[in-house]
Amino acid sequence: MLVNRWVKRLVPFMAMMMLFLTGCNFELAGALEPKGPVAEKQLEMILLSLGIMGVVLLVVFVLFFWAIARFRRKPGQNEIPEQIEGNHKLEATWTIIPIVLLLIIAIPTVALTFDLEEEAQATEGDGTLVIKVAAKQFWWEFNYPEDGIVTAQEVYIPVGEKVVFELAATDVQHSFWVPELGGKKDTNVGTKNINHLYLEADYPGIYKGKCAELCGAGHALMDFKVHALEQADYDAWKADMLEPAAVTAETELGAELFGTNCISCHAIEPNGLSWGPNLNGFADRDFIGGFRVNNTENLVGWIKDPTSKDYGKPGVTMPGFEGVLSDDEINEIVKYLQSLN
Amino acid sequence: MAHAHAHAHTKRYSGFMDWITTVDHKKIGILYLVAGGFFFLVAGLEAILIRLQLAYPMNGFLDAQSFNELVTMHGTTMLFLAALPILFGFFNYIIPLQIGARDVAFPFLNSLGFWTFFFGGVLLNLGFFTGNVPDSGWTAYPPLSTEFSPGQGMDFYSIGLQLAGIGTLVGGINFIVTIVNMRAPGMTMMRMPLFTWTAFITSILIVFAFSAFAVGLLMMTFDRLFGGNFFDPSTGGNVVLWQHIFWLFGHPEVYILILPAFGIISEIIPTFSRKRLFGYTSMVFATALIGFLGFMVWAHHMFTVGMGAVANTLFAIATMLIAVPTGIKIFNWIFTMWKGQITFNTANLFAVGFIPSFTIGGVTGVMLAVAAADYQYQDTYFVVAHFHYVIVGGTVHGIFAAFFYWFPKMFGKKLNEVLGKLTFWLFLIGFNLTFFIQHWLGLIGMPRRVYTYLDGQTGWNEMNYISTVGAIAMGVATIILLINVIITVRKPKDAPDDVWEDGRTLEWAVSSPPPEYNFKQTPLVRGLDGWWLEKRAGKTAMTPAEPVGPIHMPNGSILPLIMSIGLFIAGLGIMYHQTLVAIGGFGILVVCMILRSLIDDPGYHIEPEQLEGKGVKA
Amino acid sequence: MSHAHAEGNAIESLERTTLEGKNKILGFWVFLGAEVVIFGTLFAAHIGLRNEVNFSVSGADIFSLPIVAIMTALLLTSSMTSVMAIQAMHRHDTKGIAVWLAITVLLALGFLCLEIYEFYHYVHEYGFNIQESPFSTTFYVLVGCHGVHVAVGIIWISLLIGQLFKKGLTVVTAPKIYVASLYWHFIDVVWVFIFTVVYLMGKVG
Repeated sequence: MLVNRWVKRLVPFMAMMMLFLTGCNFELAGALEPKGPVAEKQLEMILLSLGIMGVVLLVVFVLFFWAIARFRRKPGQNEIPEQIEGNHKLEATWTIIPIVLLLIIAIPTVALTFDLEEEAQATEGDGTLVIKVAAKQFWWEFNYPEDGIVTAQEVYIPVGEKVVFELAATDVQHSFWVPELGGKKDTNVGTKNINHLYLEADYPGIYKGKCAELCGAGHALMDFKVHALEQADYDAWKADMLEPAAVTAETELGAELFGTNCISCHAIEPNGLSWGPNLNGFADRDFIGGFRVNNTENLVGWIKDPTSKDYGKPGVTMPGFEGVLSDDEINEIVKYLQSLN
Repeated sequence: MAHAHAHAHTKRYSGFMDWITTVDHKKIGILYLVAGGFFFLVAGLEAILIRLQLAYPMNGFLDAQSFNELVTMHGTTMLFLAALPILFGFFNYIIPLQIGARDVAFPFLNSLGFWTFFFGGVLLNLGFFTGNVPDSGWTAYPPLSTEFSPGQGMDFYSIGLQLAGIGTLVGGINFIVTIVNMRAPGMTMMRMPLFTWTAFITSILIVFAFSAFAVGLLMMTFDRLFGGNFFDPSTGGNVVLWQHIFWLFGHPEVYILILPAFGIISEIIPTFSRKRLFGYTSMVFATALIGFLGFMVWAHHMFTVGMGAVANTLFAIATMLIAVPTGIKIFNWIFTMWKGQITFNTANLFAVGFIPSFTIGGVTGVMLAVAAADYQYQDTYFVVAHFHYVIVGGTVHGIFAAFFYWFPKMFGKKLNEVLGKLTFWLFLIGFNLTFFIQHWLGLIGMPRRVYTYLDGQTGWNEMNYISTVGAIAMGVATIILLINVIITVRKPKDAPDDVWEDGRTLEWAVSSPPPEYNFKQTPLVRGLDGWWLEKRAGKTAMTPAEPVGPIHMPNGSILPLIMSIGLFIAGLGIMYHQTLVAIGGFGILVVCMILRSLIDDPGYHIEPEQLEGKGVKA
Repeated sequence: MSHAHAEGNAIESLERTTLEGKNKILGFWVFLGAEVVIFGTLFAAHIGLRNEVNFSVSGADIFSLPIVAIMTALLLTSSMTSVMAIQAMHRHDTKGIAVWLAITVLLALGFLCLEIYEFYHYVHEYGFNIQESPFSTTFYVLVGCHGVHVAVGIIWISLLIGQLFKKGLTVVTAPKIYVASLYWHFIDVVWVFIFTVVYLMGKVG
């Protein structure tokens, strides 16, 4: 009977609506929680295009569901329905209206695309902070040439200031992405394809960065962090980085072991470039390898085997020191690393 | 008129030999469906493994390397070895019937196309048995896919796809010539069924797009195996060159996948609404426009590469333009149903279900076209959600619809409707569960191709888990479909010619399955939906365009199989730097080609007395 | 399959009398469309990468225009002789077809031998092999791809000459010859582009 028929139709419909709505329960984050002007303008475009397309979707869905509900073949209905070839007015309507809607989306698209490009052309000459980013398997090197600072995994920027990231990769294609601050740009391999990305943070905070181009086994865990600090704090950070921690009696042995085993890949001078991440200021980093909490246990585990499931990251080329150095030696190195602030 | 052949009266081969030597478009169509279906299951299993790994944060079900391999193989297999071959299966079986022809233009090449696809697919998957599986994504960007993938994995990719691509190219050429030259009298281009039109445009896209990809693969092969420097930045090569060539192919590829689905539902919806397709002319022009524009938008896959604002905006606008002819189609389908009499069997459920599903995918496509916003979406789950909505919501729905629609024509019996409807609902729910939530995941920061994610990110765990549940539902739906096929195979052949009673196109005017020669007499077509017109005029059969006479049939040939094996061997020889093996493989190919050219095979004739009630023996 | 109805001007164009013949010709034009894309992509790569010489030799340093000029003359002439063969075909002059096709093959062989010598010269005189630079890679792949097409054409046309003697000029062999000559013209056109874009523009730098 009638109720039965409508129940049969509504139940799958409600089930589907529930599924659609499951996406709406969760906290905003990433591109949906902009913390800077670039991400904000991009979210505006996302919402504009979503809104307009939402209208299109609504029109299509209403017509569609009406059609399938209203024009079902009834039992005993045998006469052939009228064979309609077309309707020029209707066809013109659904050609022209979409074109108009697309224009509404296209114009700000062009404007914002050019705008972002222009902003990214700023140089040190204009007083803009330019940070050189070198993406590698599977970590990020950050170079402040004007300030003579090289660091890794955690990049520091001043709040409210324009920053241009100069992007390159040394091995395979990677992509530099900090969703809360703005969209990504690829780090290309090869000197001909260096990219520039303009980003800016409106608030102090730590923003998650991710690699956004498949780059091998460690791609999923190639995280980095952007620390946005108020100007004063930012200057203090710079000063701190330029004054490396002195070796004390406590850390003397560790420093020595570091010198023998680690320094060939890990520079510790403020502006040292090395095969592996520069470890100046390592003690102040929140994470090891970009995502493991920086504590003693994890650090020991990493040094013993940087590719291990519990402490490491797949695909890392740093050799493991389990069996090469004794546990005591590793502990000394860890103590030394934890003094680098 | 030169009749340089003897009048043989019987087919040369039967049984198993018949199947591996066949040049009959119907049998080749079934071969494509079976092989494509097999690879669909393989790729589907790969998808389920992927989702199982992603169900929990920092999951240890798969390690990073295995995950990257599965992601690569899932995409590559689904696109090259499942979706397109299955569509080719339908093209092959149905198009000659729809245009009133007895076969395609080049039956021998048709067979060659199938076997090269098949062996290309085998070669691509051989890595699973040697422990060297391609792992750089189906997009295979260098340098990851070149210097940073030593070992044979990506060689299976570049050479396997090269081999399979030959088959696709040959198929494309075949369908173009068939459709242009072999239509029955009275069937002008504007009286062709829309499925044939979309096959035609798709074939043109294939010819141009797959050629570009073949060159890209050749360049990758040279870089990987012969010290080439196309993509090697350390000597001055350019990695972005690969991306341009790949996407020059890759974008038309997705239109190659969707246009046939457009064609399929443009057949099914009118049939089950008992109304002609609304706006046939604009549907044809929209298809052609989509095909053309499809070559103008490739760099929207490269918005983040750094091509500059001018390039980015040009491609953004071109991409948005494609939405216009696509939108036209959506409305035309809805208005075909309008004031019709709709029957909801499984075929029509899938065809009708296509409309909202594909539209969702289409609108996220327009969102992605906004270049500046794409900087956020690119390489995230938002893109994964978009393309699965258009491919699964679009192409796969079309494939399932076609399967239920044309199965009785091919095999003489309908699939079970109860199981079919169960498949539909379970699949629809699973598909939306899996992919809708992925839009959100992408926006909040989850990149693509990540083998795991950290714990403690709000919502990620729950959303990934739900997505996995949906995948399982789709898997179950597919198994139910398999069961449906298995139990239907045992049933007797009882389907009439006009299986659905309201068939509009010529395939419904012949028996189910059709006889080997398709039409006893080539039909005369008097308008669009030729069969429907005859029925409305009170006829029970098509008006013939020729008298009854002996029908000339081509003989099967074992050469396509052997040629493909030769190429397979050559591919292995190249991969493993075994020059003699490679030469041997190519030698087999050349000898077969020479034999084919020198030996004229006259085929055989079916005499009028034999023409009553001959069906294709499965 | 259809019957061999005589359509069109059956006296002259045997190749179009049958449906199979028409199919072969149209199919081959479509195939040539694919080949245009193939060579087009190779040309695009060459134009993009030709200046990347990796501290090694450039085209201006090594290209021997005299050899290339002779090769061009040979190939262009062979294209003309293939036209003569088709004209003979339309006159149903089987012997004429065979003679002109044979000259075509000889000229093509001359082209190919000179090209092999040219490559040998570059490798041994300048160490200019495929691994040298992006320029060398695109050069060898593009020009080599063309050379392979020439080699295939030589084998193909030679076999056709053989078939002509065995089976004569029929509605079956005529489309084969026609299509082979289409192929040959295409190869010639590609060479004109190679000569201009690769050698002339490369020499000028």
